[in-house]
Amino acid sequence: MTTVMFPRQEEAIAPPPPKISTRNLNVYYGDFHAIKDVSLDILPNHITALIGPSGCGKSTFLRCLNRMNDLIEGARVEGSVLLDGQDVNDPRTDVVALRRRVGMVFQRPNPFPMSIYDNVAYGPRIHGIRRRSVLNEIVERSLRQAALWDEVKDKLRQSALALSGGQQQRLCIARVLAVEPEVLLMDEPASALDPTATFRIEELMQELKSQYTIVIVTHNMQQAARVSQYTGFFFKGELYEFGETAKIFTNPEKRETENYIRGRFG
Amino acid sequence: MRLSRAHELWRRFLNMASLALTGICAIVVMAPVFVILAYLVVNGIRSLNIEFLTSLPKSPGETGGGMANAIVGSFYMVGLALMLSLPVGVGAGVYLAEFGRTRYAHVVRFMADVLNGVPSIVIGVSVWALLVVPMRSFSALAGGVALSFIMIPMIARTTEEMVRAVPNVLREASLGLGATYARTMWSVVLPAARGGIVTGVMLALARVFGEAAPLLFTALGNRFWNLYLDRPMANLPTQIYEYAKSPYEDWHRQAWAAALVLIIVVLVLNIIARVSTRERYRALR
Repeated sequence: MTTVMFPRQEEAIAPPPPKISTRNLNVYYGDFHAIKDVSLDILPNHITALIGPSGCGKSTFLRCLNRMNDLIEGARVEGSVLLDGQDVNDPRTDVVALRRRVGMVFQRPNPFPMSIYDNVAYGPRIHGIRRRSVLNEIVERSLRQAALWDEVKDKLRQSALALSGGQQQRLCIARVLAVEPEVLLMDEPASALDPTATFRIEELMQELKSQYTIVIVTHNMQQAARVSQYTGFFFKGELYEFGETAKIFTNPEKRETENYIRGRFG
Repeated sequence: MRLSRAHELWRRFLNMASLALTGICAIVVMAPVFVILAYLVVNGIRSLNIEFLTSLPKSPGETGGGMANAIVGSFYMVGLALMLSLPVGVGAGVYLAEFGRTRYAHVVRFMADVLNGVPSIVIGVSVWALLVVPMRSFSALAGGVALSFIMIPMIARTTEEMVRAVPNVLREASLGLGATYARTMWSVVLPAARGGIVTGVMLALARVFGEAAPLLFTALGNRFWNLYLDRPMANLPTQIYEYAKSPYEDWHRQAWAAALVLIIVVLVLNIIARVSTRERYRALR
């Protein structure tokens, strides 16, 4: 958030430039047209939620933002995804650097089968940080940011797989934060967790919002309404409606959006 | 009413009979192991002593002596085979698991399966032509290479299975953090698959430790100490073969003792394989 004390009028009104914008984005899996012509701006330091019924393309869209779709055989992406104005699909874009800037938290907690410490230190290590003292610092800072430090500080050497599901998911968030990304992509980060753990994750997102740009895909509409400032409704591969969360949930423009939000389908 | 009662009795009988039949089959599976073990212990334990384990064979006709050179030779050549086959086998296995959809990979996989099925005597003869003839000598090197030909496809296929079984979410997590594919393999996938790979390697070691056929024409055997790669080397399987067909009573007893040593080593390797598998499940829980 900008902290200008006395903004001039037009600066206060003009929205900040989008962190990520997509223009006419299309994704095909073989013959299947998964994403149709999606153009969307994602603002920095806000939480943007993507909702919609299963198979509507919201996860696919999310995976375009850090090119995780590269890993899926037969996936083809057309159109542009701009991160700070630079096309991530440009052949000159270094995908390793891109994924460092755009981190991802997955649906199921997926800690590596190694110690808690090594999980968090994995990212810094692959980016060349070797010094013990620096690693220690990063691990502690990341675990604190993920609100996990107090629970694990005495057992950093223990296997990450011994943690509970909710703790594992916060560990995965800490692991992403350790590489200091600018954008956090969260693909249904709480769908495998119980309500208490879900609440912790949502709380965490609010704390992280000031430093990161967060995009969350969720099946849970209450969650989208609770955590996000902007919401996009995906339906059959198209972005049907996008706007401020309050507006989408109270006064949607499209009938499909309203039906979905009222729980009439999906 | 009466009919259904009879029917029920018949059903119970069938159930019992089937259970008994499968139980008997299970016993038949285990029986050879116990027969072999009992036979070896009864016949081999008398000659299995310190002298057998630590001294060289005596001249034909003399009693006493041992097979120290053959025991060391067996470990030597199996170790050599391990050094040759581990990198190749694991490398090929990773390739097949990660890039296994290409035509080339299908050919490699098929060839590995064919090699797995090639009788070990054929491998022995081939390595004889490949190495022994050009080098003009039987050698430990040729023996190790022959054994590695048996191990490579076994290790490659196990590695492939184990690497394939590593959940994709782990790869995505690593790549999502900005790791390269190679780094992801080294630091995440292979460590996660390690337990299973170790099991496969142990089973392959156990298999080749007892192989006589590939060594008959390659390492040949030796009545003296040799630790040179380019000279014939003693080993347990061929020594057993030689002693068992000899006319000397004492050599027969030593052959039994050698067989006992062999089976103990194989058993230990199998147990290590088991334990390492258990480790893996504990780690993943």
